[in-house]
Amino acid sequence: MSAPIVETRNLQVRFPLPTHFLSREKPVLHALSGVDVQITQGETFCVVGESGCGKTTLGRAIIGLNKPSGGEVYFKGQRIDQMDETTRKPIRRDMQMVFQNPYASLNPRRTVFDTLAEPINHLMPEKTKDEVRAQVEDVLAATGCDPSWQRRLPHEFSGGQRQRIAIARALVTNPAFIVADEPISALDVSIQAQILNLLADLQAERGLTYLFITHDLSVVQHFGTRVAVMYLGQVMELATAETIFADPKHPYTKLLLDAIPKLEGGSFERPRTPGELPDPVNPPPGCPFAPRCPLAAERCRTERPKLREISNSGSMAACHFAQ
Amino acid sequence: MPMLEVKDLHVAFPRGKKDWIEALRGVDLTLEKGERLGVVGESGAGKSMLAFAILNLIAEPGRVSNGSIALDGQNLLEMSERQIRKIRGNRVSMIFQDPMVTLNPVLSIGTQMIETLRAHRNISRRAAHKLCVQKLKQVAIPSAEGRMDAYPHELSGGLRQRVVIAIALLTDPEIIIADEPTTALDVTIQAEIMALILKLCRENDVALILITHDLGVVAEVTERLMIMYAGKCVETGRTRDMIAAPHHPYAAGLLKALPQNAKRGEKLYQIPGSMPPITNLPTGCPYHPRCPRASDICRASMPPLEGGVACFHPLEQSQEAPA
Repeated sequence: MSAPIVETRNLQVRFPLPTHFLSREKPVLHALSGVDVQITQGETFCVVGESGCGKTTLGRAIIGLNKPSGGEVYFKGQRIDQMDETTRKPIRRDMQMVFQNPYASLNPRRTVFDTLAEPINHLMPEKTKDEVRAQVEDVLAATGCDPSWQRRLPHEFSGGQRQRIAIARALVTNPAFIVADEPISALDVSIQAQILNLLADLQAERGLTYLFITHDLSVVQHFGTRVAVMYLGQVMELATAETIFADPKHPYTKLLLDAIPKLEGGSFERPRTPGELPDPVNPPPGCPFAPRCPLAAERCRTERPKLREISNSGSMAACHFAQ
Repeated sequence: MPMLEVKDLHVAFPRGKKDWIEALRGVDLTLEKGERLGVVGESGAGKSMLAFAILNLIAEPGRVSNGSIALDGQNLLEMSERQIRKIRGNRVSMIFQDPMVTLNPVLSIGTQMIETLRAHRNISRRAAHKLCVQKLKQVAIPSAEGRMDAYPHELSGGLRQRVVIAIALLTDPEIIIADEPTTALDVTIQAEIMALILKLCRENDVALILITHDLGVVAEVTERLMIMYAGKCVETGRTRDMIAAPHHPYAAGLLKALPQNAKRGEKLYQIPGSMPPITNLPTGCPYHPRCPRASDICRASMPPLEGGVACFHPLEQSQEAPA
């Protein structure tokens, strides 16, 4: 395997919570507690999990929108998490982000051209006005936007069109790596396929690498190269998309797969007991999934399992009992 | 005679002084006792409007401009507000999308439940309390007795939605209208909640109108299905049959665009364009600008709903979805 384009080592993000003025406790929310991932050039690395599992925080920490509290982030072999703004600026061109909600991520008072020209002006100040215009027009054509959109404002567009503009904005500096945080979940069903196809086409044309954050497993099955399943700030299972659907190893992955509504039916036949995420402020000492896990034993409640290779499967799982 | 029968329902909102815009443009619906019906469509298709209209909850200045809604032969549209209150929340209850908005944040769960029950039943506070605890147990809320004093913010999203379901069940309704009941929830919680709704409907012989945009959920839960587009029903029939062999090109397109129906690595089928806003509908069939089978007659006139399909060129049983 070639050297990874993005790598995290024991990445941690903690958010301090407001302290009560009489209390000495300093509560801390553990959003990421030690995540190691290696993302290979040209792949679609999917991160799935339920809300609060830290998948968005992982994407934001890699891009640099959240400062890691511990651990390391590498981009093309260079450590980037401790760089100052000036040294990091040239790297920002190569890493961009597409956000979930295109109604919130586009500035309503800027025309499409202004929105798209901003990253170039900021990150590539050497470009002349004509070059900027040419680059904006190129990227609009590549993302299926009409050139006439340039002078219009976001409110004139539908959700799908806005998401195309948001993707164009991420692409305008010709990045190698894009973090896509739930890029289709705010869109209507008939539009989702359009945006997924666009992302796949762009990847084929430009050799992009995606970190694709989603909660929708059927999208992962179609679109993903490798998948990391997260739970309470940790990676529970890591495998190729085919393997994870054919042969899930971690009990949490099994629970997730089992919960997908299927066109053939059968997922909702059995009543289920309520289960929920443990408190990320006081995470349990052992495996975070132990309170919901059918396999949990004493060892799971005291000792946190490490992500380990499962023999003869190509999967990695953080479970004492996975095999 | 069906328990609920909606005929040629039109809902209109004023635009300017004289102009009216129709959000629902003639919808028919029947529901038998204990039957589960799914209503699917994109945002703006009118599916929530249909639910609101059935309960006579269309907000001013909108109004039901035509049609009839009969529950056991009585036309709900001709009833006074007083009479309708005896039905709404009693014989017909509703579950909305976001439980944080449905529940009153400053009242305890118990207060809200007892209030609902006493609005419809002549029952003592003590007896009401007992019945409420029983309902909370029925929806599998752990330590139900103690939860009566809890406030909505103290519960997780899944538990809150369980409380909402318990409230909807309090008066032993004949019909439950669930408007996107799990859209705000995670997949595993969605599976819990849908399994619960399915079980309770079966056990108590309650009819369900499930409004959603998720074809997977509908396939799991409902017996009959109705697909809406731009304020009209475009296809209706048995859920299983429609999912196996849709006749309307829109229904076929929606199903074909699902990632689970595509081969890995292949492009997804995509429906071009997006749904027109109700303020600017094309002539004839509202789907014709996106439809691969459209001809001159589709552009000129609206196809009537015949044999469950509103299309001049429906797909044959054996035929593949449009390319």
